[in-house]
Amino acid sequence: MSESKNEAHFKQKAGLFSSETIDGEIATLNLGPTHPATHGIFQNILTVDGERILASEQTVGYIHRAFEKLAERRPYNQITPITDRLNYCSSPINNMGWHMTVEKLIGAQLPKRVEYMRVIIMELARIADHLVCNSVIGVDAGALTGFTYMFQQREAIYELYEEVCGARLTTNIGRIGGFERDFSPAFHTKLQNFLKTFPKHFNEFDSLLSRNRIFMDRTIGAGPISAQRALDYGFVGPNLRAAGLDYDVRVQEPYSSYQDFDFIVPVGTQGDTYDRFQVRQEEIRQSLRIIEQAYANLPEGKHYAPDVPEFYLPSKEDVYTKMEALIYHFKIVMGETPVPVGEVYHSVEGGNGELGYYLISDGGRSPYRLQFRRPCFIYYQAYPEMITGSVISDAVLTLSSLNVIAGELDA
Amino acid sequence: MSGVNSELILQRLQERFGEAVLGSETPYGLLTVEVTPESAHGIIQWLREDGELSINFLTLLGAVHYPENKGRELAIVYHLQSMVNNIRLRLKAYVSIETPVIKSITDIYIGANWQERETFDFFGVQFEGHPNLVRILNEDSMDYFPMRKEYHLEDATREDKDDRFFGR
Amino acid sequence: MGKVEVINDAETFNGEGFQLTMLDKVIGAARANSVWPLPFATSCCGIEYMATMGTNYDVARFGMERMSFSPRQADLLIVAGTISKKLAPILKQVYEQMAEPKWVISVGACASSGGIFDTYSVLQGIDRVIPVDVYVPGCPPRPEQIIEGFMNIHRLVKNESLRRRYSDEYKHLLNKYNLNEE
Repeated sequence: MSESKNEAHFKQKAGLFSSETIDGEIATLNLGPTHPATHGIFQNILTVDGERILASEQTVGYIHRAFEKLAERRPYNQITPITDRLNYCSSPINNMGWHMTVEKLIGAQLPKRVEYMRVIIMELARIADHLVCNSVIGVDAGALTGFTYMFQQREAIYELYEEVCGARLTTNIGRIGGFERDFSPAFHTKLQNFLKTFPKHFNEFDSLLSRNRIFMDRTIGAGPISAQRALDYGFVGPNLRAAGLDYDVRVQEPYSSYQDFDFIVPVGTQGDTYDRFQVRQEEIRQSLRIIEQAYANLPEGKHYAPDVPEFYLPSKEDVYTKMEALIYHFKIVMGETPVPVGEVYHSVEGGNGELGYYLISDGGRSPYRLQFRRPCFIYYQAYPEMITGSVISDAVLTLSSLNVIAGELDA
Repeated sequence: MSGVNSELILQRLQERFGEAVLGSETPYGLLTVEVTPESAHGIIQWLREDGELSINFLTLLGAVHYPENKGRELAIVYHLQSMVNNIRLRLKAYVSIETPVIKSITDIYIGANWQERETFDFFGVQFEGHPNLVRILNEDSMDYFPMRKEYHLEDATREDKDDRFFGR
Repeated sequence: MGKVEVINDAETFNGEGFQLTMLDKVIGAARANSVWPLPFATSCCGIEYMATMGTNYDVARFGMERMSFSPRQADLLIVAGTISKKLAPILKQVYEQMAEPKWVISVGACASSGGIFDTYSVLQGIDRVIPVDVYVPGCPPRPEQIIEGFMNIHRLVKNESLRRRYSDEYKHLLNKYNLNEE
């Protein structure tokens, strides 16, 4: 496939990470690090010729919180709150991914009910993440109404999380081995309500932007990337699907019973901002389909795996009456749980793509090494190439359509 | 879905690269091959270009510090995958901490650029041939490699934490 | 529709064709009801701040809906999220660029004290670099808690003396942080 005009222009003018300056005509503009519209803290030093961007240099690391070093200090069940803060717009997915990684390491078998419950929560998180991304694309293009409408729907999703775990945003949801309690009757009522009312509001939001002449003119052709280039950079998730490749971890290596559900994986053609917007819109609809299927077929059973008592807190009645339960409770809370020695890599389809956990355990109370495969960190490298040759307003739209979340980028 | 599986990949690697393949195991279903650091670049390039295996996506690049293994303290781990054949592969190359040098793979996968910078930032691994090997997540003025096991998590220069309350 | 009660925010003495009040009170009321925030949102607390901006928790009823991203036009610096040591000089620069009178609210545990990240790269509280007026604890704090933080700011703003920014005590505070006057 021949290089697109952007790639050729980029390679000729900019090299990989340096910029040339000719006296007088070319200006240097600093975009960031305090970036409006609360995207996060990224600095891009742009070399511009009028409004055309010729080259850009990136600086990241303004919110580096040393998650990987922190994870070497904490026992396994205390790492879940750290994973929350990776992609904090869809924190349940991060939590579930971590729990699945540990379950893979210890070889736990989960009841079907737990897997379906996890699917419901993860798809709700995916809807929440895509709602933020799409409404913020609207805000950056000047359309603030979609933001106010869709954040109202996010409040409905927050209420669902609160029914399960008590928290709105950084959820720490579930446990290694299942959930701490079954879905309450209030959760069922709220979820049924959500499934009834959300599609109407979502269609309203869609009608504001999807076929809006102004929005289409602004976003079509902004920040394109070809599929081959995206693969070279290591793109995954909706950004790769917008470029034309249908790689989805839920389909490729199904986890948590995703193979039982019928859903399509939307794919774009050009990899520009409009395609990324539409791929996320369609994924919201597909997520709704999955939730409906999972909820309709929710099997009976326990909400936790009974064969991992070393990880899953026993119920309080047992702790006060039985000896083994008391010992397990003590060991879990103090973080002295036995873990086999080994190394495992597990990935889930997060809001931004393949979120991977590479865990090396040496049998001790905390991981020997935990590395997060963070999709944002890897695909943000492509940003200079995507914006070279475009104007500054397109650069802003491209950044918001990539859904770069600072917590995941810097970890 | 072809017949490409872990045994086939291992067999092809051993046929082609012989002594460069030092050992292999398959923990939790993921083929893990240990290779010499000098051959890592060539192996990754060949894996990408081979039409049958077509392992052409770099999933993750990182390092692990084993302070007890003298002479092999830093393990550089490459996670690769083939989307077409739906299979994953893990390559490990061990280097010593006195000379932590390995050839960079940015000419094969441009996405390895920042991941190698991060590995340099955290562990001090020198990637030869990298276009811009500077710190990425930490401050430029930092003079040590924080993820190595001998360094603490907390900031060593803090003077306001009372050790009595923190159990130290 | 319920009954709406209109209150007089500043104490006044009303007469035939005149109104007598104190300058402090009127200016305090005017400032408090139109605080323009600068959302310096870095991470998860930023998303909770966005939810506060949304329609359910609405900051527009406080007059704070006009987010100013230029420090020169902002009154309140809302620091929401983790501040790392790499970002601290930039935060200080943004604070110095703001025009008097200015207030700072630190939203979340990370901004107040470093939060759960007691690591080598995280600044253990923004009050190491800039003076803070109100701290809102939480990880992340609920929008209701953030609004209570705003209401505390309003209380501070309303009751602030007009000469406070020129007083020696304030100058001493700024000197402690090595802040330049711009």
